[in-house]
Amino acid sequence: MRAFEYVPAKTVAEATSLLAEKGDQAKPLAGGTDLIVMVRENRRQLDRMVDIKDLPETNVLSYSPDTGLELGAAVPCHEIYADGAISAAYPGLIDAAKIIGGTAIQGRASVGGNLCNASPAADTIPPLIVLGAICVIAGPDGSTREVPAEQFCTAPGQTVLENGELLVSFKIPPPPKNSSSFYLRFIPRNEMDIAVVGAGASVVLDDAKTSIVSARISLAAVAPTPLFAEEVSDSLAGKEISDESINAAAEAAQAIASPISDMRGTAEQRTHLVGVLTRRALNGAIQRVKEA
Amino acid sequence: MAEKKDYKVVGTRPIRHDGVDKVTGRALYGADFQTVGLLHGKVLRSPHAHARIKSIDTSRAEAHPGVRAVVTAKDFPAVEDKIADLGEGAANVKDLQDNVLAGDKALYKGHQVAAVAAIDPHTAEEALELIDVEYEVLPPVIKVLDAMKEDAPLLHEDMHTDEMGEKSEKPSNIAAHFQHKQGDPEKGYAEADVVVEQEYTTETVHQGYIEPHNATALYNPDGQLTIWCSTQGAFAVRGQVSEILQIPVSKVKVVPMEIGGGFGGKINVYIKPIAAMLSMKTGKPVKVLMSRADVFEGTGPTPGSYVRVKMGATNDGRITAAEAYLAFEAGAYPGSPVGAAAFCVFSPYKVENGTVDGYDVVVNKPKTAAYRAPGATNAAFAAETVIDEICEKIGMDPLEFRILNSATEGDIRIDGPPAPRVGFIETVEAAKDHPHYSAPLEGENVGRGVASGYWPNFGMKSSVSINVTADGTISLVEGSTDIGGTRASIAMQAAEVLGIPAESVTPTVADTDSVGYTDVTGGSRTAFATGYAAYEAAQDVKQQMIERAAKLWEVDAGEVQFADGVFSSVNGKEQEIDFKGLAERLDETGGPVVGRGTADPSQPGPSIGLHVVDVEVDPDTGKIQILRYTATQDAGKAIHPSYVEGQIQGGAVQGIGWALNEEYIYNEKGEMTNASFLDYRIPTCLDLPMIDAVIVEVPNPGHPFGVRGVGETPIIAPPAAIANAVYRATGVRLKELPMSPGRVLKAMGKI
Ligand SMILES: Cc1cc2nc3c(=O)[nH]c(=O)nc-3n(C[C@H](O)[C@H](O)[C@H](O)COP(=O)(O)OP(=O)(O)OC[C@H]3O[C@@H](n4cnc5c(N)ncnc54)[C@H](O)[C@@H]3O)c2cc1C
Repeated sequence: MRAFEYVPAKTVAEATSLLAEKGDQAKPLAGGTDLIVMVRENRRQLDRMVDIKDLPETNVLSYSPDTGLELGAAVPCHEIYADGAISAAYPGLIDAAKIIGGTAIQGRASVGGNLCNASPAADTIPPLIVLGAICVIAGPDGSTREVPAEQFCTAPGQTVLENGELLVSFKIPPPPKNSSSFYLRFIPRNEMDIAVVGAGASVVLDDAKTSIVSARISLAAVAPTPLFAEEVSDSLAGKEISDESINAAAEAAQAIASPISDMRGTAEQRTHLVGVLTRRALNGAIQRVKEA
Repeated sequence: MAEKKDYKVVGTRPIRHDGVDKVTGRALYGADFQTVGLLHGKVLRSPHAHARIKSIDTSRAEAHPGVRAVVTAKDFPAVEDKIADLGEGAANVKDLQDNVLAGDKALYKGHQVAAVAAIDPHTAEEALELIDVEYEVLPPVIKVLDAMKEDAPLLHEDMHTDEMGEKSEKPSNIAAHFQHKQGDPEKGYAEADVVVEQEYTTETVHQGYIEPHNATALYNPDGQLTIWCSTQGAFAVRGQVSEILQIPVSKVKVVPMEIGGGFGGKINVYIKPIAAMLSMKTGKPVKVLMSRADVFEGTGPTPGSYVRVKMGATNDGRITAAEAYLAFEAGAYPGSPVGAAAFCVFSPYKVENGTVDGYDVVVNKPKTAAYRAPGATNAAFAAETVIDEICEKIGMDPLEFRILNSATEGDIRIDGPPAPRVGFIETVEAAKDHPHYSAPLEGENVGRGVASGYWPNFGMKSSVSINVTADGTISLVEGSTDIGGTRASIAMQAAEVLGIPAESVTPTVADTDSVGYTDVTGGSRTAFATGYAAYEAAQDVKQQMIERAAKLWEVDAGEVQFADGVFSSVNGKEQEIDFKGLAERLDETGGPVVGRGTADPSQPGPSIGLHVVDVEVDPDTGKIQILRYTATQDAGKAIHPSYVEGQIQGGAVQGIGWALNEEYIYNEKGEMTNASFLDYRIPTCLDLPMIDAVIVEVPNPGHPFGVRGVGETPIIAPPAAIANAVYRATGVRLKELPMSPGRVLKAMGKI
């Protein structure tokens, strides 16, 4: 590990300028559960870490049924799932927040860090995508821009963020009537693993809860970035809930996955699991609407 | 020679003597060691699995500010090609040196190549990047069957197979081939109604101890070397360092710090000689610590293997013949545990006709080290699942089959010697009688499996001394590092003899200058053999105390009796004094009492276990969930039952990890791709049910209290028991370890 400078920022503007000064040699630090590990293991070398977890903007956590959720990029997972109203409104996000690492990690790990780390296997990204999250980004010149979660990651470890830019928060729309969400991953153990495959789904059902009005499906660890299975999602609109329609979606999801083989699983195992998990995620979300 | 049965201390559950130190975090481990003027060492490791080292240029590193010394294999003293007896297994000294710092060739990724001492760890790390090593990269060979091929890349161009005593003409990666044979297997198969033959493979797995290796060495100008470190055997470290660096054992003092697990993996030395060499060059104390990745890539795991087992049996359940072909990966240098595997493969059973072939094969992986019952788990995975297939074919309960075929004392084993007494039938009966075995299995995709595991255990040498303290307690000095609660179980054996409570013993694990020679904490020998030495030392104390009482009362020592902690004289005046009372009066009767005991017991007494497991298999993902687990085991006599249960549970858990997910995963370049606890998956507590440990006690005639070692046996049965349960749940027999979800899906034909 090389020596580096640690600077806690007090404002968003200070953070972006501290970052911009050092170009790609500076990185924001949220919970540090990815960044510190990488730097310590020499997988990443930096001149400067800009601590952004004390900014008011990155610590917002506010939900209303009318406007939805505003989630600061540095809010740790445990604060999110400790909130009953948020947990009820966005169960798919909670599924993910509760399985990252373990209790100790969840005390620090943020959803913002999980997204910006841009791992294809990141657990909160599929829920962000299926919940239609919008990422609010601040630039060094005081500007802000908004990017949908599904467009945020561009390659493993790469995002749309330019040098000097900071993810400030997420805006997640309020859950529609008769809707719910679900996320699950497959890991060989029951904790402390990175997803071999992850699948998130959100569904909006009709009042009779027998057919699907709309759905969103997202997959992790089967492509260079978390996938938004847009066509598969769209194909479910208007379909009756049945094994047939769910299986058809699962198969279609398998067709768009392009997994690799590595120490976590082979490509054929992953492709198989995409079918299994897509089915389980859709059924899980549907079940939640029915039980609500 | 087992003594009276109504023990006062043996068999109770006192709080361990080191408990407060451990739970308050005060216990001092090797990484905690600090001293004045400490330098920090870092090790450069080979990035290649197989490469010729053409040159190493250390000049840039040496010139780096803050660097105090750099060492490479050139700094070793010259040694002849000689075999050194190191207590637990002999080893070629040249190989030992070569493994510590690679000479002509780097033989695995992670092989230590050079090391730096600097004023702080960061400077040392920077200096590593300034060492220029020119490698000629060679093709690696990773799997045992590939390494055995005629045209395989050779690790050691001058190595020839020791073919049952004869050297092969051509060089080969097969270091040795041996065979045990008895009776006539062909005749046995002819008598059989069913014959099952299957092939099995297992991958390399690591002990996974929590504490990485560490060492601090200080070489004084008077030629005295001191090493503070984590080890299973201070004397084993002394012996190896003395051979590797060619300095007399009397010039090496090893101070064992607390140890955070070893399981066999902390016997061999890696960074200890390096810390010593760096201290020799600098004259300063030098500390070297490994990272987790270093531990995975650079220290001995237990081998991957290929095992073929064939067995015949009659319809009424008698084994008529059995054969095993065992090919084991030794790692980069010869010395896999294939010999122990050959010993254990059919040990529980009476086999009149049988052959066992063993092959010790080098591959481009770290040199294997001991791991809990080394070799036996690989072998039992094969033999115990073949038995399950036979039971299924002949329609016999697998526990009945084991009772019927159990070897009895005196039966001649395939490898020659007669079988000693062990409670196999008793452990099987205990499993049969346990509510688990008769509980109904509920739900879908569930199954129950059983398997047994046998380990011979080791005796070896131990020393103990006891000082009687004026307040009626004793201090007990031992040479066995305490990995699993042995301070308590050794102290308890002395306390039993002296009729004092366990709490009246203060046990200390001493350095190599302060206690008599003691072999490693390994081979399940410590509670047995060091306990035996403690028993002897306590007997010595008892005798001396009897003499003191006699002096006090002015009677003959022969007239003093000792029972239940009280000395009494019956013949002369009626007098009584307890141990504490007499301890207070030592000054009047001749001064201090020091007892000593040594042991080199020849009858360690094997231990055997029978495991029952229920599993559920997710048919869509291939993931195995352990629902319920019961392990019975013959402990001879459980000195401290909690620690026996702890050993059984810990061993079973490691066996479960080996069965389910643990493996070194290699890429085509021979690089391990999962050198972290994230992707090298040992079970977490969410992956396990409570392991129900059932202690069976068939006393070992070779120990005064009947103790049998218990630490190793419980790792052996789990993979086979789980594979048998998975078969019941899915109809598919898994023949590869680990039975990770991908492999299960494949075996089920889902991918
Ligand atoms: C033991 C362990 C277990 C883990 N288990 C899981 C798991 O199960 N699932 C999973 O998905 N991950 C897991 N992780 C990874 C990690 O915990 C998560 O990715 C976590 O959400 C990262 O959040 P953080 O706040 O710690 O991010 P940090 O480490 O602080 O940052 C991560 C990356 O994002 C950048 N970044 C952070 N915040 C911002 C911002 N506001 N704007 C721009 N860039 C930013 C950082 O510069 C860095 O590159 C695990 C990690 C550990 C150590």
